[in-house]
Amino acid sequence: MNRLRHLSAGQMTLWLLAVGGFAVAVARFAFGLGAVTNLSDRFPWGLWIAFDVLCGVALAAGGFTMAAAVHVFHLKRYEPLLRPAVLTGFLGYVLVVVGLLVDLGRPYRIWHALIMWNPRSVMFEVAWCVMLYTLVLGLEFGQVVLERLKRTSLLRMTRLALPPLVIVGVILSTMHQSSLGSLFLIVPGKLHPLWYTPLLPWLFFLSAVAVGMAMVVVEAFLSARAFGRTLELPLLEDLGRATFVVLALYLSLKTADLAMRGALAMAFLPTLEGTLFSIEMGLGVILPLGMLATPAIRQSAGGLAGASSLVVLGVVLNRLNVAITGMLAGSGARYVPSWMEVLITLGIVAAGVLAYRLIAEHLPVFPPEETHLLSATKIAASESMVYGSPARLP
Amino acid sequence: MAVEDLAACLTRRKFLRIIGASSIGAAFLSVEEAAHAAEGSGYGTLIDISRCIGCRGCEAACKSARNFPPGESADLGPTAWTYVRVQRLPKPVPHSSMGDGMAAQRTIKVQCMHCLAPACASACPVGALHQTPEGPVVYDEWRCLGCRYCQIACPFQIPRYEWAERLPAVTKCSFCAERLAQGEGPACVAACPVEALKFGRRSDLLAEASRRIAEAPDRYVPAIYGRDEVGGTSMLYVSDVPFQDLGFPTVVRESLPAFTWRALGKIPGLIVGLGATLTALEVVIRKRNERMEHPGGGSA
Repeated sequence: MNRLRHLSAGQMTLWLLAVGGFAVAVARFAFGLGAVTNLSDRFPWGLWIAFDVLCGVALAAGGFTMAAAVHVFHLKRYEPLLRPAVLTGFLGYVLVVVGLLVDLGRPYRIWHALIMWNPRSVMFEVAWCVMLYTLVLGLEFGQVVLERLKRTSLLRMTRLALPPLVIVGVILSTMHQSSLGSLFLIVPGKLHPLWYTPLLPWLFFLSAVAVGMAMVVVEAFLSARAFGRTLELPLLEDLGRATFVVLALYLSLKTADLAMRGALAMAFLPTLEGTLFSIEMGLGVILPLGMLATPAIRQSAGGLAGASSLVVLGVVLNRLNVAITGMLAGSGARYVPSWMEVLITLGIVAAGVLAYRLIAEHLPVFPPEETHLLSATKIAASESMVYGSPARLP
Repeated sequence: MAVEDLAACLTRRKFLRIIGASSIGAAFLSVEEAAHAAEGSGYGTLIDISRCIGCRGCEAACKSARNFPPGESADLGPTAWTYVRVQRLPKPVPHSSMGDGMAAQRTIKVQCMHCLAPACASACPVGALHQTPEGPVVYDEWRCLGCRYCQIACPFQIPRYEWAERLPAVTKCSFCAERLAQGEGPACVAACPVEALKFGRRSDLLAEASRRIAEAPDRYVPAIYGRDEVGGTSMLYVSDVPFQDLGFPTVVRESLPAFTWRALGKIPGLIVGLGATLTALEVVIRKRNERMEHPGGGSA
């Protein structure tokens, strides 16, 4: 009973944030961007682009990494993690579109990108990737809806189309994640050297792959709590290992790049940029790498969840630093988001969590009932029988 | 000077070659044409900071030609496509015609630089900004989504947004493109009483600027701002005070769209390569799994 009351208090907060965000969004369309935001001509992109769009897309990356693992590399044991990841990806992209519509000056013209082409524009690529990949995620998640509607013949037919669809999705994601980094290639004079590099598209892509897997782990922990489910801990630990590999690659590339451009020393200067860069790398990359490298931490539920959360935090900090911190000095501007900008962002996140809950309660997002009946030990044991992997018991 | 012009020209050629080599469609041909126009026969304005007396006649003429409310502006804005910025100098330099009276400051006409390879036009996802054959970079409001990537991309921080409007547009100097198309010069140049502004073919203006510097080396700093900046701009400045003391941004010499193109040009290859690799992997792994599940199966 107590637990239920706690949950509903949390849900109450989510609803309040969502409604508050919606109210501010109405004000934004009624009175214009100037009345609601702290944006200016010298600082035209703020929290909405940095968080709602850049972070939103990065955190949705679990959808394509898990889809690739299951449908392209046929790693069937990841199947239980696929649907929650695709759902997060789909909701993430829908929310990115919502954030984009709030930020655009003339959102009703968004379809212009379909017919008025400028293939030299990174933003053109971004626009197409958002539209197409949202569609692909919708189709991928459509499987779950078909299953709920018991359209078995249609389900069997569409399952055949899944591998090509997933491959298209992986290509679109690779393009989209990297293109968000490419957006900043055109500002060599504005973005701080700690973040400006010709490697931006590579770094954005690598960090997205890492955070995609980390998000799947974090979500598994959160939904295990919220829906009282058991954890697929050995599976999650494998993801933790994969996250470690990608994140280590990211750290080496980032360090080598900074060293080659002679910008490494700037990381240790007591400037705003140096400080925030150190927090981003120390807390969001180096600390989780150390945690994931330590078997005792990686194999414990709390340790794995903690390390994965730090990876998420690190990527969020990175996107905020590229789009905001790193652009401040070069633009000669000041920017702190207004409370209304913050409320819209919080409202969008809250709406996402509520939608996830609602969908997870009514559609078969999680593996079937039998999992509930088995204890964690039994799952681990049965898995080791099927897949021949050594059981790592908690 | 001629050698350096040739060098600037070569970097543009190199850029065009990059575009040409990886062009996927007709869309890129128009870029090449526009760049050609800007390179060969484009117009420009030479702004001589040492001559400017800060009368703001250019600003008034612009506002009158555009039917904007009259008055002096402190910054660019939706109804101030050009204005005259007052720059305090770190150490006084007597003004050529106003003497010690203006030694502590210079007045600088500010407007869109009309880059030869405009970053804003390359950034716009829907082609709302484009370069006309005469050189001006102009804006089609009816296309604009309001993403403001042009503002991010502009190295000179020129485009202004109508933040107060419900349905805002991007605003900036159009170099009086409609007047240029009819063979006339821009409104601001005609209004200057001291010939601090000179309109003409960019190549002629570069020669004129070099001549002024060569004839009075004591007066001018030996630099033409806009000759090489971001691959060259239609607006050119000469000055008797170093540009860094006048608050001019130090920008790269290369054209900015080339920075983006290095990444964008790889996309067709990425799509083909990644598509082929993933498809091959999917098939190989699926077959292998089927063999492992049904060893000695009849279908294979």
